[in-house]
Amino acid sequence: MNYVKILTNGIIKENPTFVLLLGMCPTLATTTSSMNGLSMGLATMFVLICSNVVISFIKNITPDMVRIPVFVVVIASFVTILQMCLKAYLPAINESLGLFIPLIVVNCLILGRAEAFACKKGPLESLFDGIGMGLGFTLGLTVLGMARELLGGGSLFGIILLPETYNILLFVLPPGAFITLGFLIALVNNFKKA
Amino acid sequence: MEYILIFITAIFVNNIVLSQFLGICPFLGVSKKVDTALGMSGAVAFVLTLATIVTYAVQKYVLEAFGLQYLQTIAFILVIAALVQAVEIILKKISPALYQALGIFLPLITTNCAVLGVAILVIQKDFSLVQSVVYAFSTAIGFGLALTVFAGIREQLELVNIPKGMQGMAIVLVTAGLLSLAFMGFSGVDGGLKPVFGL
Amino acid sequence: MKKLESSLSNMVMVLVAVAIITGGLLAWVNHVTEGPIREQDEQALANGIKNVMGTDKLTVTANDEMKSIVDGKEQTFVIHKVNDASGRFLGAAVESTTGGFGGDLKVLVGFDAEGTILGYTILQTAETPGLGAKADKWFQKGGKGCIVGRKMDAAKPLTVNKDGGDVDAITASTITTRAFLKAVNQAYGAYAKQDVDGQSGATRQSKK
Repeated sequence: MNYVKILTNGIIKENPTFVLLLGMCPTLATTTSSMNGLSMGLATMFVLICSNVVISFIKNITPDMVRIPVFVVVIASFVTILQMCLKAYLPAINESLGLFIPLIVVNCLILGRAEAFACKKGPLESLFDGIGMGLGFTLGLTVLGMARELLGGGSLFGIILLPETYNILLFVLPPGAFITLGFLIALVNNFKKA
Repeated sequence: MEYILIFITAIFVNNIVLSQFLGICPFLGVSKKVDTALGMSGAVAFVLTLATIVTYAVQKYVLEAFGLQYLQTIAFILVIAALVQAVEIILKKISPALYQALGIFLPLITTNCAVLGVAILVIQKDFSLVQSVVYAFSTAIGFGLALTVFAGIREQLELVNIPKGMQGMAIVLVTAGLLSLAFMGFSGVDGGLKPVFGL
Repeated sequence: MKKLESSLSNMVMVLVAVAIITGGLLAWVNHVTEGPIREQDEQALANGIKNVMGTDKLTVTANDEMKSIVDGKEQTFVIHKVNDASGRFLGAAVESTTGGFGGDLKVLVGFDAEGTILGYTILQTAETPGLGAKADKWFQKGGKGCIVGRKMDAAKPLTVNKDGGDVDAITASTITTRAFLKAVNQAYGAYAKQDVDGQSGATRQSKK
């Protein structure tokens, strides 16, 4: 299987946000702005790539019965490392993502990829799968964040594009997350059929 | 009185699913039928309350006692995973009937971020043990309420004609958005109730 | 390489090895990041104080924690006393918390020696985005409900226009406005009490 295919598989064909619908909690919760969506995506991508590679390295020395606990420990360690580094060097991001940083541990996307891909394939392929899936997830979160920020706050990445009169507050609030994602998925469905 | 306020706030005002976005996966995944939704709610209520007590003890008597707070995430997820396994084994032995009802949902709960989320939240909010238990239990009730109501709506949705692009998850998400909108009507209620309870 | 069997000794060995490696790794990362994290926290507070006092050239002389009874409940205020570059007493930045619309609202307010508001910043908020969350700009200089530059008076606390006061409420967020103004009034109350006589009516203790 060639690497480009693995890469695009994660970004387009099996996009975690719009097609597989994995990791919905951070997707809905942290996309109040484009910047938040992007940083959550990148944070998840970091953990995903690291855990994918490590798990693919240790897959042969891990007995099947303790597979899941070992994977969980590996993922949780990377999440903790990420959390400490963010606190130390990027406190603003840590503040805005809050609880959802430690909750990357239970993001089904990461354990899902470990089970479905990394524990069967080699490290290099797993690396590309991690990058592809991570980029797909980041793309999904950023697009959702952009849509919500534009509709709800009239800006993109903090740059104001629309006057305040045209802001639809609903889209920044919790219901807006569900509704925006619903319509974005409908849009993707339509493209897929055409 | 304080506990009643925590109870109401956790169920309606800060509903775990609809305003805090924790536990979305089971909310979208097992809400096709009211029966399964009820089963899942029961299992979550049980595990969530138990897990909060255990992780609270771990935090206070192990992590804080030895200055290992940075291992919080890893310790909590392992405790929760082990707890879910243990509950499954014990339930199978002592109450096969209950196991029949809740058993299939238990493995799913390990990756339910509501459980880990609540365990971390009660530490962040600096709750006492009793407050934590009340909060965990009411959060689980809130989860059950949202899940069951949503399952009821989805059962009706089956009978409706839906435009092609909106079929599947799209309409489900929009419906969830409307339900969340309804729950937003409760926002601020906790502040208004404070004087009523003399707080 | 062949996959390891799931025998008991293998499982125990692998689990122990994984625990030791991750434990060691995390302890090391914790050791490395501990310093920067503390620095960041201190930096954030120092920047906040500079921001609300409206000047960069200052030294914090004392960080007093003060407990005071407000509405029958004990509240904690932290008062950061500040001197200017020449060592003259400039005023203080006071941390104060009230219950807002969505949860606790924690503000840091800077007062000069006469009790005039020099600035404020919001330390913690759970207000509705787009409504109550606007409080971070609304009461600043140039904002519609500007309170910066006002002289506080214990007999006449800041009140929102809906309650007969003269501060414009944030659009559709009267509750947040009330909570915010209450936090500022409380902060001034704590500051004034401490300024005149720190010992009476309130227990004081120095906080490192």
